[in-house]
Order: sequence, then C-alpha cells, then structure tokens
Amino acid sequence: MATMIAEATGQAILTEEHKQSFLRKYIFSTDHKVIAIQFLFLTLFFLMIGGFLAMMMRYQIAWPDQPIPLGGIFPESMVASGYILPEFYNSLVTMHGSIMVFLAIMPMLVGVYANYLIPLQLGAHDMAFPRLNMYSFWIMIPAGILTLSSFFVIGGAAGAGWTLYAPLSARPDLTGVALGQQMWLASVVLIGLSSIFGSLNYITTVINMRAPGMTWFRMPLTVWALFITAILGLLAMPVLSAAGIMLLFDQTIGTSFFLPEGGGQPLLWQHLFWFFGHPEVYILILPAMGFTSEILAVGSRKPIFGYKAMVWAIISIAFLGFIVWGHHMFQSGMNPALGLTFTISTLFIAVPSAIKTFNWMGTMWRGNLKLHTPMLFAIGFVAMFAIGGLSGIFMASTPVDIYIHDTYFIVAHIHYVLFGGSLFALFGAIYFWYPKMFGRMMNETLGKIHFWLTLIFFNLVFFPMHGLGMVGMMRRIYDASGYRHLEGIADTNALITWSAFALYASGFLFAFNFFWSLWRGKKAADNPWDATTLEWQTPSPPKHGNWAEVPVVYHGPHEYSHPGVTDKDWLAQNERPDVPSPAGGH
Amino acid sequence: MDWALPPNYSTHGVVIDQLFWIIFWLTAAAFVLVEGGLLWFIFKYRSREGQKAHYTHGSNKLEVIWTAIPVLVFAVLGAYSGTKWAEIKNASGFPPDALQFQVVGKQFEWNITYPGIDRQLGTADDFTVLNQFHFPVNEDIVVNLESEDVIHSFFIPELRVKSDAVPGMVIPVWFDSRQAGEFQIACAELCGLGHYRMRASVTVHETADYEAWLASQATAQ
Repeated sequence: MATMIAEATGQAILTEEHKQSFLRKYIFSTDHKVIAIQFLFLTLFFLMIGGFLAMMMRYQIAWPDQPIPLGGIFPESMVASGYILPEFYNSLVTMHGSIMVFLAIMPMLVGVYANYLIPLQLGAHDMAFPRLNMYSFWIMIPAGILTLSSFFVIGGAAGAGWTLYAPLSARPDLTGVALGQQMWLASVVLIGLSSIFGSLNYITTVINMRAPGMTWFRMPLTVWALFITAILGLLAMPVLSAAGIMLLFDQTIGTSFFLPEGGGQPLLWQHLFWFFGHPEVYILILPAMGFTSEILAVGSRKPIFGYKAMVWAIISIAFLGFIVWGHHMFQSGMNPALGLTFTISTLFIAVPSAIKTFNWMGTMWRGNLKLHTPMLFAIGFVAMFAIGGLSGIFMASTPVDIYIHDTYFIVAHIHYVLFGGSLFALFGAIYFWYPKMFGRMMNETLGKIHFWLTLIFFNLVFFPMHGLGMVGMMRRIYDASGYRHLEGIADTNALITWSAFALYASGFLFAFNFFWSLWRGKKAADNPWDATTLEWQTPSPPKHGNWAEVPVVYHGPHEYSHPGVTDKDWLAQNERPDVPSPAGGH
Repeated sequence: MDWALPPNYSTHGVVIDQLFWIIFWLTAAAFVLVEGGLLWFIFKYRSREGQKAHYTHGSNKLEVIWTAIPVLVFAVLGAYSGTKWAEIKNASGFPPDALQFQVVGKQFEWNITYPGIDRQLGTADDFTVLNQFHFPVNEDIVVNLESEDVIHSFFIPELRVKSDAVPGMVIPVWFDSRQAGEFQIACAELCGLGHYRMRASVTVHETADYEAWLASQATAQ
C-alpha cells in the first residue's frame, strides 16, 4: 500500500517535471527540496534580524546612560535623541523572542529539515501533499511582512513579551501598542496555519510513503524526531491560534476572556499559552536532537548507541511535554497545590533527556571520531544542551524557582537550550546537509573557525547570565540602575554585550561561507560523509522526484563499522541484502 | 562582581538557599561527568590512522542504570521540593496571627496598606503609603497581593520572596525577616514601559521602632 502510493505520486511528479515553467520550478514550487531551500533563506534572514534586535537590547543593558551609535537613523518613536526609549526596548524584547521562535528557529528546524529530509530519508519521491507544502511556505511571507512592518505602525511593535501575558497584551490603553499587537497576533495565526499544514504533511508522509523495507525501527532518528515533532505541532499550534484569536477579540471587539473587569481571567491566557508553549519547547529541541544523533553516528563511525531507547525517549518527551506547562506558572498565583504535580512531571521529563545525553556519549565511546565541522557542532550541542538541561533542574524545584523565576537565570537557561541546543544543532545540520542541498561543500576551515568563535562567545554571553540571575537581576528590565541588589553588575553586563557583538559578528563569517560556497565551494560527491541513510545514495543535489527508482531498504539507519563489511566502514540502508543486520537496529 | 545569591534574611530563604546549593552540587557533578566525558572521548577516540570503531548497538544494562539513577534522584528531589513548597506557599498553613498587609501593584508603583496599631486590616486606623513598605523584624508577615491593571510581580531578593500580583485575584504571600534592614521591592514581571523603575523601599524595623514609625504615621495622617 505504502509503496503503491509512493510510486503513484512519484510517477505523477516525474512526468510533470517537463512542463514546469521557471516560476513553477523555483518560486511556486511543489518540490519539497525547493520549498526546504526557500525556508532556509527565509529563516536565515530572520535569524539575522532577530540577532540584530538582541544587539540593540544588549547595548541598552550594558550602557543605559550612553546614546546608541547611529541612533539618528531610527525614528523618534524608537530612539529619541540617541537613547533607546523604554517602550521600544519592550518591543525589542518581545520581537527578538517572537522572531527567533516563530520565524527563525522553528521554521528552520521543521520547515527546512522536515521538508528536506523526510522524503529523502524515507525513500519517497516527495511529500504526500506537495501543494499544501507549497502553501505552508507562502503563508510565512505575509506573516513575516506583518511582523517586520509592525515596527513602523503607530504605537510600534508588540511590547508585552513574546509570552504576551494578558491584561498587558489585551489592553492597548496600558501599553500604547494597539495595531502592533494585533499584527503580531495575525502573524502568529498565519504561522500556526503554516505549521499545521506542514505537520499534516509530515505525519502523512511518514506513515504512508516509506520505501519498501523502511520499517518504523529502520527510520533514521532524524525522521523519528521530525515525525513526533509534527504530532506535537499539530496538537499544540491550534491552541495558540485559538488563544491568539481570543486575545485579538479582547483587544478589538470588547470581549473579556482574559480581562477581570468583564469577568475574565488573566491566568487563563497563561494556561492556554503554555499548554501550547511547552510542547513548543520540544518542537524546538526534538528535531535538533534528531540531527545531532544522525551527525554523531556518522562522525563517530558507529551505530547510534541505544537506538530504540532513543526512539522511546523522543516519544516519552512528547507525551510528558503536554503535562508540564504549569512549571512556567509556579509564581503566577495559581493554586500552589498544583505546584507539586508540575514539579514531578517536570523532573520526570528530564529523564529522557538524560537518557539521550548518555546515549550520545555512548555513541562516541570507542568510536573513530571524525572531527569535521558538523561533528563539532553536534558535540557542541550535547555539551551545551547538557548545561541547559541541568540549569532547568533549579527551576523545577519550586522553592528555588521562587527566587530565580523571572531573573536572568531563566534567560541563561532558555538560551542554553535554544541557542546552545537548537541553533548549534542547526549549524551542524546546515554544514552537514549543505552538499546534498546545493551540490557543493562549505569551506571546512571557515566552518571550524565559525564553530570555535560561536562556542567561545556563546558561553561568554550566556554563562555569566546565571550569575546575574543569582544576584537577582530581573528579566526584561530596561535599566538596572537604581536597585541596591544590582549594584556591581555593570562589568558583567559590559562583558556580555561585547561578547554578544562578537557572537553576532561570527554569524557573518558563517553567512559569508554559506553564500561563497554556493558558487565557489568544492563540488560535493553524492556521499561526502560516507553516510548510510538514503538521502546520500542519490545524486547531490537530488533530481526532481529524488530517485530514478525507489530504493529498497535492508538495514537499520546507522550501520557503521559493521564487522560483515570489510571494504569500507559503512553499509548503506539500501545495499547488500546478504549482510545480516541486527533486527530492528538492535 | 560576585556571582552569588544576595545575603538571606528570611526563614524561608534558609530552605531555598539550602535547596539551591544541593542542586548546585548535584548538577555540578553531572556537569563534570558529561563535559569531562565528552572532552576525554574527543581526545581518546579522535580518528587516527588505522583506527577502527567498536561496532555495538548499545547495552540494555546501561540503559536501565542511567534511567534508574536520574529517576531516583529526581523522585527524592521532587518530594523534598514539593514538601517545602507546600510549607511556604499553602495559605491554609499560614500562621493565623501573622501581621497582614495589603499590597496593590499599579503601573508603576506599589501601594501598601497598613493594618495600623490594632494589627487588623479593614479597620478605621488602616492607612496607605506609596512605595514604602515598613514591617517589624522576626514576625510572620502575610501580604495580600493585588493588582489594579496588569500583572506585576512582588520580589524582595534578600527575603527570597516572589509572587505575581494578578488583577482580579488576591494572592496571599507569607514571609519574614530575621534581621532589621533596608531592602527594595522590585517588579519582576514585564508590566509596561516603566517596568524597570517599578520599585519601592522596604524597611524592616526592630519591634519598638516599627511601633514608633506607626505612631509617626498616625500623627501624619
């Protein structure tokens, strides 16, 4: 059945290829690979914008009493006589978070790599619903335009934090932001729609379009992670969309879902937001874990240690991810009796993460480690994600959370997970799959320099923030002067800001390498990393339709250094049916 | 600068700091194990001429071990945290004779209503002072937190107390100070453009001084 569908759609796509115009082929394309590359350019652009907003915030935090260089180029509503205004600072905080989560990291993990890898790693010709896939990209364009243009409307961009806590977000009279907030909500509803379209597609494709022999436990961990992520997205995004529309009604047509004056409840927003928001955290990390597993196996020349344990860990993270949302709300005034429940579920969700970390180390143990750029970023992911995971234990312990909640300790934690975690894995993924996507290699020396600069400056930016949190520095404050307990943090903040500038600058080294290699990179072989999964068993870049003939799968996904193979240290999933492979990858 | 917790003055703070340091040492051990392990593996197993990787798909025994150890540690930590949390936060367990205040957050100020000399809120001698919170040392304090507009968060770092103030709700918060001193209330929840300057002074008096301060306020009213 699965094969039949795969073959049928493949046929249709292959015959369609000949009559495609330029517009159909590269702009309004239904080819999953083109859509993935479109997502890649879009999200890299937003990564740059989101980073720029952070640089402005960092300047303000380090030097609140100094005018910002080139402040004159900003409108008076943002920067007045050289100084960033507090209301603009709130917009920076809000939009940095929103853009990074919704327009950079999430669509880069899922829009780019779920799109690119699922059909290629499963041996399918394309997605189950190619046209829906195209819509899922193009919906992002108005969402991005709404987000960016909201900076320039009267009242400026949304300023209630990316978590949009009501009533601050619901009552324009309290912030001066009306239209900007509504544009944010409209944008997020569109992004939700894009994500739902994508998720439907990924789930259907994984269930129905696996190549012959691609059993569930022969799927690469990347596909497992992206599949479970799609289920999370499908279940979580509609909650955010619904809540966003309720908030929009509160703002515009006088309902009071979240406004106590009309009988509403501000905490309802937080429950809805975090019921989406916590699965969202795992949407942002599971694919990164998948890429890391893949790259670590390739780089270590070993099968993944505990493949099945890794799969079950992903599944249990996804399940537990739906019952931990209250840990964002320990100090919110919700019934403290709920605290214990959420403490326990939160501590337990750390278990599968710990299992994964140990299995990654197990994968490297007694390996033959090829320390190329993707491998360095994958190891960097494990090292940084471990710190982010460990700092999370502080917050899970409710009494400790009383003190560190809403301080820079949280800022440190989220960035270790989202930057040290997700973005490190993404950099690894970009370097790793770049040759397949574009048929050329990225420059290895520049890649290594980029890795080391990122690792060093990332830690100089975010590690000291744990210290700021211990001192008690509150999040999202425009100016820390005037607080007795915050005297003496100026040097730390200046160090963080200088390091942030260096971190941002190292991103341009990456961008240079990325674009330079598009034209000047070394021509890539079909399988430059000697990898086993199916995407490497087809030309770089793969043709429209991916395969001349559908591959047949005989082996688990990570058969490196198999003792039955003597001429090389890898065994592709679709070669040599005579070599016995342990059942189910175990 | 010292990256350290500020000195603690409250009873609950003792428990909070103790838990903080327990978790600190636990996570420090795990940190050394993971980061040290990674560095060691990178050095020991880096690719060299003629090296072959060891072919294995894992070990069920190890999976059980590294699942069971975190589960046990987290179960103990969770149970201990939960017990202490309930002691600190459950309003039914608050001392009935605690001195009660009403604190109302509002963009961007703290309004503190005092129970007056009769120690009872809701009586004629209550009075409200803007951005000044005075209370006596070594006495159980319960603040009834409210907000007039948006969510604020009542944070006194040295007393290890923090709770959101939510419009439409009254949230009781219990704490004390075991030493006289001068602190500040900071707002810890983004509440608008003046969030960063929404602070109030906190003065913890010796008992006699508190009564004197109350009397001076009574004359001022």
